[in-house]
Amino acid sequence: MNLKIVSLCAALALLSACETAPKDAGNASGTGTQSTIRPGSQEDLVVNVGDRVFYGFDRYDLTPEARATLDRQAAWLKQYPNVTVTVEGHADERGTREYNLALGERRANSAKNYLVAQGTNPSRVKVISYGKERPAVLGSNEAAWAQNRRGVTVVD
Amino acid sequence: MRKTFLLRLAGWAGALLLAVGVAAPARAELRIDITKGVIEPLPIAITSFFGAGGREAQVGNDMSRVISADLERSGLFKPVNPAAFLQTPQQLQTGEPRYADWRAIGAQALVAGGVQSTPDGRMKVDFRLWDVAAGQYMAGLSYTATADSWRRIAHIIADAIYKRLTGEDGYFDTRIVYISESGPANARQKRLAIMDQDGENHQFLTDGQALVLTPRFSPTAQEITYMSYFGKKPRVYVFNIDTGRQEVLGDFPGMTFAPRFSPDGKKVVMSMAQNGNTDIYTLDLRTRRQTQLTDSPGIDTGPSYSPDGNRIVFESDRGGSQQLYLMNADGSGVKRLSFGEGRYGTPVWSPRGDLIAFTRQRGSNFAIGVIRPDGTGERILSEGFHVEGPTWAPNGRVLMFFKDLPSGNARNARLYSIDVTGFNERRVSTPLDASDPAWSPLIP
Repeated sequence: MNLKIVSLCAALALLSACETAPKDAGNASGTGTQSTIRPGSQEDLVVNVGDRVFYGFDRYDLTPEARATLDRQAAWLKQYPNVTVTVEGHADERGTREYNLALGERRANSAKNYLVAQGTNPSRVKVISYGKERPAVLGSNEAAWAQNRRGVTVVD
Repeated sequence: MRKTFLLRLAGWAGALLLAVGVAAPARAELRIDITKGVIEPLPIAITSFFGAGGREAQVGNDMSRVISADLERSGLFKPVNPAAFLQTPQQLQTGEPRYADWRAIGAQALVAGGVQSTPDGRMKVDFRLWDVAAGQYMAGLSYTATADSWRRIAHIIADAIYKRLTGEDGYFDTRIVYISESGPANARQKRLAIMDQDGENHQFLTDGQALVLTPRFSPTAQEITYMSYFGKKPRVYVFNIDTGRQEVLGDFPGMTFAPRFSPDGKKVVMSMAQNGNTDIYTLDLRTRRQTQLTDSPGIDTGPSYSPDGNRIVFESDRGGSQQLYLMNADGSGVKRLSFGEGRYGTPVWSPRGDLIAFTRQRGSNFAIGVIRPDGTGERILSEGFHVEGPTWAPNGRVLMFFKDLPSGNARNARLYSIDVTGFNERRVSTPLDASDPAWSPLIP
């Protein structure tokens, strides 16, 4: 439960950063790691790697930006072999509930498959779909929807 | 909370053994033709049911209020203002209607009744329906029931009046299960909730700890199948209303969702998603056997049986975008049903078999529509920024669905009902925000 709260805070911090930044979130690699961040933690993943990738409307294929983020995630997972993760697949609100559940599952799996192709052991990556139930950004506009069509990697 | 709920249900079960018909045959002079599109509502005078004692009179008042509200909500009836009535409930209980007086205030039908306590502590309710223009008695029934079931008896009487005057079964003695929503959009708390069709007797069935979605009734209205994220494992469950017991359905390796009962109640059809692929399965509730019905690389979901159980309508993106398809109940004979512009989902077969309701997404709008199972007669009933998830009243005349407004920072989900003709759209009031409604069959 504590871990979950930490990761939620991290995600919120990231989102506010995103409002002025380009769509893709994982552009923080290369900046110095703050001493307060525990290596191999969700915060580490969010701040230094990028925890999420974004998808087009009704799509689940990976953009070049998404692949770059997942490349960093795969390298990070190699660095912390004891870490296991769950990829959460999400959809925007512009779809029906059940279809979006299936679409979220597709998205989470496309991210997982990419991580596995980059050498991550499949047993370290679970998936879960939330459909349109857990938007990251509030609002009924394309900017919000683009942020909500996402796959988020969460340290278990 | 659960306890009072069960007690109430037990009262219901006891109440209904005793419906006794005393109807006399009559020629059908008065009849609402509901096959037409726009209907001029029938003016109907519904008097307070007469009670000799204070308590009986109070129940009689309440019953006529419930009956009147039911009939008015259907859009087919227009209750006449009781302030205009020239004959008292007592006069109607002991003598004949003075038809000229009722004609004078514009009533075409007249309803009266009585409430009496019985020596064993129950109550006897009777009602009569007259055709005012023809000056003729049309129907009547009497019921003996536990005193606390007066509300349900009122719905049953409203159903009897509806049936006598329209020729079709009513839908007032029914319940709605839905998802009650609260909290911010990104951390929405969702609870299973149930209420009578008119919003009364509202109860929460789950506590909101786990995210729950898409509840649907069993054919006996005793069980609800739904999806829950209990333990962070999204799976299909069955909730037994009598016992309060919740049970996960089947041992599936992936996420299960989009459940619906088969019309005989023996199976639940649902989707399972695994490795990025979603197919449709059934689970036999007795043998626990799983059967896979679809095997396409696309998303196959939203299955709904035809009322005879022989066919299933579902949605699939196998052709490139979300569309409606039909198949036989064993998964054979798949055929595309929808060919309109846009994306089609959430198909639900009408209980009378003649139509399939759906959600359509086109451009920046959503719509609720119906189409015949042969692919003809597609019509849109309601349109908006976001409307979704139709469900049918048991007589196939009325639908319920939910609506969301552009959210800004808050969600705004509400239930609405609408006639199958597309008229009489009405808000269905709920204590909190509401989505995913499912209409019960007539309560057995």
